[in-house]
Amino acid sequence: MAHDQHHEHEHSELPDIELRVRALRTVLEQKGYIDPAALDVLIDTYKTKIGPRNGARVVARAWVDAVFRKWLLEDATAAIASLGYAGRQGEHMVAVENTESTHNMVVCTLCSCYPWPVLGLPPTWYKSAPYRARAVKDPRGVLADFGVTLPVSTEIRVWDSTAEVRYLVIPRRPRGTDDLTEEELAALVTRDSMIGTGLPKTPNDPP
Amino acid sequence: MSYRSHADLGGQDGHGRVVPERESELFHAAWEPQALALTLAMGATDAWNIDMSRSARETLADYGTLTYYEIWIEGLVKLLSERGLVGLDEIAAARMLHPPRPVTRVVQAADVPTVLAKGSPTQRPVTAPALFAVNERVRTRTEERAHHTRLPGYARGKIGRIEHIRGVHVFADANAQGLGERPQWLYTVVFSGHELWGDASTQGLSVSIDAWESYLERLP
Repeated sequence: MAHDQHHEHEHSELPDIELRVRALRTVLEQKGYIDPAALDVLIDTYKTKIGPRNGARVVARAWVDAVFRKWLLEDATAAIASLGYAGRQGEHMVAVENTESTHNMVVCTLCSCYPWPVLGLPPTWYKSAPYRARAVKDPRGVLADFGVTLPVSTEIRVWDSTAEVRYLVIPRRPRGTDDLTEEELAALVTRDSMIGTGLPKTPNDPP
Repeated sequence: MSYRSHADLGGQDGHGRVVPERESELFHAAWEPQALALTLAMGATDAWNIDMSRSARETLADYGTLTYYEIWIEGLVKLLSERGLVGLDEIAAARMLHPPRPVTRVVQAADVPTVLAKGSPTQRPVTAPALFAVNERVRTRTEERAHHTRLPGYARGKIGRIEHIRGVHVFADANAQGLGERPQWLYTVVFSGHELWGDASTQGLSVSIDAWESYLERLP
């Protein structure tokens, strides 16, 4: 028994889950269900091409272009596709705009539904129990966890993504940004501000 | 009730605080991107649909103790083994022990951008008028379901208002059970915080869900 344990130890410096995923990948490759090169492309796509900078460009465009903003609020799927972002987990997009009186927050209490083409892969907290449990009941408490306090008079609207509609929050344009270019504005738009758990940066914030 | 989802978390107390994360923190271990890619690549074989995969994940007995990518991997193993595509003995042995079964499609590297850009739209043609109109007040059904469903527990038996009509969409409950798409009208239904949580509700809170028509009934 002691010998077995020693033997096991020699072979498994990696955690169980690492070995399990490797084993699964090997079997799927041997069975011809997957193209290993496709896995690399999938990973590279979400590491380098599809992420929250896409959504930031959508928001910045809406801030500078009233016609685009109107289109985005009326038909987000088409407006977002016009900037080149479309597809998996963003097939049916809806944009919701923060105003002086209303703050929007997006959650998926049942799993991890998230607008991938504009925000990329969801962060860990978005998929975790604390956020999914509390967003619909105590959104101000959630905002406090992100260091955000809104006026008591601000109404909070939470969108629970329970079907295949995916929501993108259009945060309010920060004050003092009249002179910024669209690109500079996009740099102020944080991922969390497009989920509704944060606010955009201001020009005075450190980069 | 033989079907139990462990994923219906909305409104549960006791899960603690939310831990924010930097935008650059994409993966936390080398196996996580592998879990993502394997899940997406196998999803593209059309051996199951997205509702079946959600059902497989939410019924994992240890759902509450797994990280999200672990949930994906265990859900994937379940979907594969249930269909005889991969045996649990093969995963234990880390090699193929049984011949492969045919799959509809194997996504090739060159096809990935097209496959992702196409996605899987769920909207379907209209064949009947919508039962409810915008601003109409409705009540969500109260009964539990012994299968995958997308009406969260916290929003069952609650009175809300139809805010948007989202078109006709594949019905998740049927699709998850392999009963076909059976498309239905989908509505955004908004509830006051008070309706959901009573007097303890945060002031100025409203919460919406997207609900298929059969989740809703007209108020008398």
